[in-house]
Amino acid sequence: MDGFPILSLMMAVPMAGAIACLFAGANSARWIALIATLVDLVLGIALWANFDQGGLQWQFQEYHPIFGRFAWALGIDGIALMLIALTVFLMPICIGASWQAIQKRVGEYMAAFLFMEVLMIGVFTAQDLYLFYIMFEAGLIPMYLIIGIWGGADRIYASYKFFLYTLLGSVLMLIAMMWMVHEAGTTEIPALMTYNFDPHVQTWLFLAFFASFAVKMPMWPVHTWLPDAHVQAPTAGSVILAGVLLKMGGYGFIRFSLPMFPEASAQLAPLVWGLSMVAVVYTSLVALVQSDMKKLIAYSSVAHMAIVTVGLFAFNQAGIEGAMMVMLGHGLVSGALFLCVGVIYDRLHTREINRYGGLSINMPKYAVLFMLFTMASVGLPGTSNFVGEFLSLMGIYQASSWVALVCTTGIILGAAYMLYLYRRICYGEQKNADAAAMPDLSVREVALLAPIAAAVLWMGVYPESFLAPMRADIRALEARLAPAAPAGDSKIKMGAPKQPSEGHHEEASAHGEAH
Amino acid sequence: MIETASLLAVLPELILTAGGLILMLVAAYAGDGSARVVNWLSVVTLAIAGVALSCSLAHGPDAFDGLYRADAFSVFAKALIYGAAAAAILLAPRFFSVGGKPRPEYAVLILFAAIGMGMMVSAGDLLTLYVGLEMNSLASYVLASFMRQDERSSEAGLKYFVLGSLASGILLYGSALLYGFTGTTAFDGIAVAMGDGVSNGELFGMVFLLCGLAFKISAVPFHMWTPDVYEGAPTPVTAFFGSAPKVAAIALTVRVAIEALGPAGLDWQQIVIFVALASILFGAVAAIGQTNIKRLMAYSSINNVGFALIGLAAGTPAGVAGTMSYMAIYVLMTVGAFACILQMRDADGNPVETIASLSGLSQSRKGLAAALAIFMFSMAGIPPLFGFWAKFLVFDAAVAANLTLLAAFGIAMSVIGAFYYLKIIKTMYFDEPIVAYEAKGGPVENIILTACAVVIVLGYLLNPVLDQASAAAAASLF
Repeated sequence: MDGFPILSLMMAVPMAGAIACLFAGANSARWIALIATLVDLVLGIALWANFDQGGLQWQFQEYHPIFGRFAWALGIDGIALMLIALTVFLMPICIGASWQAIQKRVGEYMAAFLFMEVLMIGVFTAQDLYLFYIMFEAGLIPMYLIIGIWGGADRIYASYKFFLYTLLGSVLMLIAMMWMVHEAGTTEIPALMTYNFDPHVQTWLFLAFFASFAVKMPMWPVHTWLPDAHVQAPTAGSVILAGVLLKMGGYGFIRFSLPMFPEASAQLAPLVWGLSMVAVVYTSLVALVQSDMKKLIAYSSVAHMAIVTVGLFAFNQAGIEGAMMVMLGHGLVSGALFLCVGVIYDRLHTREINRYGGLSINMPKYAVLFMLFTMASVGLPGTSNFVGEFLSLMGIYQASSWVALVCTTGIILGAAYMLYLYRRICYGEQKNADAAAMPDLSVREVALLAPIAAAVLWMGVYPESFLAPMRADIRALEARLAPAAPAGDSKIKMGAPKQPSEGHHEEASAHGEAH
Repeated sequence: MIETASLLAVLPELILTAGGLILMLVAAYAGDGSARVVNWLSVVTLAIAGVALSCSLAHGPDAFDGLYRADAFSVFAKALIYGAAAAAILLAPRFFSVGGKPRPEYAVLILFAAIGMGMMVSAGDLLTLYVGLEMNSLASYVLASFMRQDERSSEAGLKYFVLGSLASGILLYGSALLYGFTGTTAFDGIAVAMGDGVSNGELFGMVFLLCGLAFKISAVPFHMWTPDVYEGAPTPVTAFFGSAPKVAAIALTVRVAIEALGPAGLDWQQIVIFVALASILFGAVAAIGQTNIKRLMAYSSINNVGFALIGLAAGTPAGVAGTMSYMAIYVLMTVGAFACILQMRDADGNPVETIASLSGLSQSRKGLAAALAIFMFSMAGIPPLFGFWAKFLVFDAAVAANLTLLAAFGIAMSVIGAFYYLKIIKTMYFDEPIVAYEAKGGPVENIILTACAVVIVLGYLLNPVLDQASAAAAASLF
């Protein structure tokens, strides 16, 4: 595939689809969107298949200096590859989830989603600082429209809050980017990743980027836009928001903050740890008392994202790999959970947990799949989130055992609120007649949830498929961070395996022969 | 004896003058029926003058012993001014034909204003500056009160005239002080005189001069006339005020600051920084409560002037280039936005101005709503639209000039501004329709609108051209 602009093509396909959708009728827009996203999925699989593991760090590079001060520069490493795979995997599912739920202004809706896909792929592939910023920021427009036009009752407030919060976060990052480009004399991200900025300035640059990524992530205390946006967004909007948009924050940390400002990252790591610890405990407790399903899952997202940040700021391979796995796992699981909420919301048009109950009786298929995703969200071994959470916490334990201690309670609290949610919805008596009369999953809904279930199990049982492409990149990042990494407090000492003495060995074998 | 080279350098102005005078006679003798012809001939005159700019550049940079400058900077600004003036003429007929006949004087007045603006951006001397400024202002006062039966329009003209005269007075006083303390009215002479340190008299002259100019660009704290005039003036005139004279006044301010007051850079930089930040903040905050779209555009123009001034505050060639690029993109957005606003007509064809009337436009007039949304997102500075690049250039120049803190404050305040642009999009897209609009727009309006929208969406491909042109323009000042 040398020289073939597959990354540009992956952005061109949904872009063309988006334009076509604007002019198409409702039904043809649905089909155009589905076909465009499926084509992108196929291209994504081809991308993964042709990705040379252990080869060059940056692959599929394209460079066209057509914009004057910045360039159309694309290229991916293993980390970006995984996130692109997540994006193209979730997109057809989002389109499928909106098939019947969206009935008004379908063409515009599908166009907004396809445009969103262009921008998400753009964010993960951009190799030019300004191109990245443009893609990162442009995502606000379609998401604003998706929440505002097709959202719930309080959609206008939520859309404003989403837009202005994230905009304020990212404009400061732009100023920092300008400063960096003037200092380093290049806009290329790979070059900037190895440029050594003055440690004093790094602190300011780090904080400016932090303002953007922390909001996007979102970290406590700037997470408040997320529950509002999730609750009001249509189902597919929530899926893409939780599944991919939040990952842009984590991707930003891993691509910019850590490698570009290693000293500042180490210096400010306690800040990140502190915020993450609060987030894990506080948002889990908040999730426990929610009566709205979507809000509960939204708060659980904040808690999971905090595990990602502690993993990233563990400054070691286990932590960063874990963070990436949590991001991928959470992308699938939270997306699936929002779909599960969407399934029953479509039937009863309420997100109140109390209006449901005993669904395992009349919706057994639903109950099984919902159970699987609940367990995955809790981090049950064998599911995707277990791998990520375990690695993250193992990583942070090497850096700070206290942080690991507090964050691990998040797993327990996570089990509490998720199982409590599941009990209230699926178990118990069927107290509401209308909920009891709901039909089980349709073929379309099974087709949406089954691929995610398969991926969740695959990631849990054989995570190596997902870790292998990223390993070299994460190792390089760890090497970049090593000089600055803070000393850990856990004082892990690798015990030297006892060398059995020669005589002992012979004695043992002689002993064996004697028998 | 006037040299031929000087005459060739002012060829665009000569063409406009001749064209304006002839068309004036046509209008006087042929009556209102000639409006259509006069309109088109004015646009043709502007186009010919635009072509003549290259002749002007070839015989520059100095004409009439430095009274007049025909350099890359003035050519850049004039190209924008002529384009915006032509758009203002083309957009007008439909508006004026409601409840009356379009009158041919409108286009002629715009031509005369364009001559004045051309003189402003080419001024190399305080006297040329003043003559150009007044010529533009006189035409503008008449344009503001062009619908003389309409109370609001007359009021706007009167307000504009009274406050404009006051500002001219302040500006003249500043010029007089500068002349008194430096002994010359030529920009380069003033720069030489200030080279050995800025005396108190020169400082006062400079401050008065900048105050007068701040009025013309409607920067805070000299902005009070803007909302009233923008609201009261006929909408095509508002579109004109928002675009061409803004470019002329900003370009003039830049030229005065760099060419004449260059040695006092540190002194005026503080003023420009204050004015820029105040304009950004005030323009954004005051716009939030507005219900009339023309008034909102007035505050938006105050806000935008603040951003453009950030480039001047940097005081570097890159900053000046940024300011000029900003104005180029700003003109596109303003003309496009007003091409949308002019289509806000109810079912009977009467113009409506309330923001609330835009409710649900995305369902009744898909294309119009999409275009206005593009211009609003662009003005808010959201990528991938071109308005982002305008802001990017000025902030980048500020960062390069070590004004990182200014850039950070300015850009943070742009978030406040984003709110009211979003409000318009929210009204169009999220609300249910209440006012039924006329089903179709005029062909000319639609063409202008589409052209602006396409450039705003795909503008980044023009970056190399824009960079080169604005860099050449800026280089001619230093």
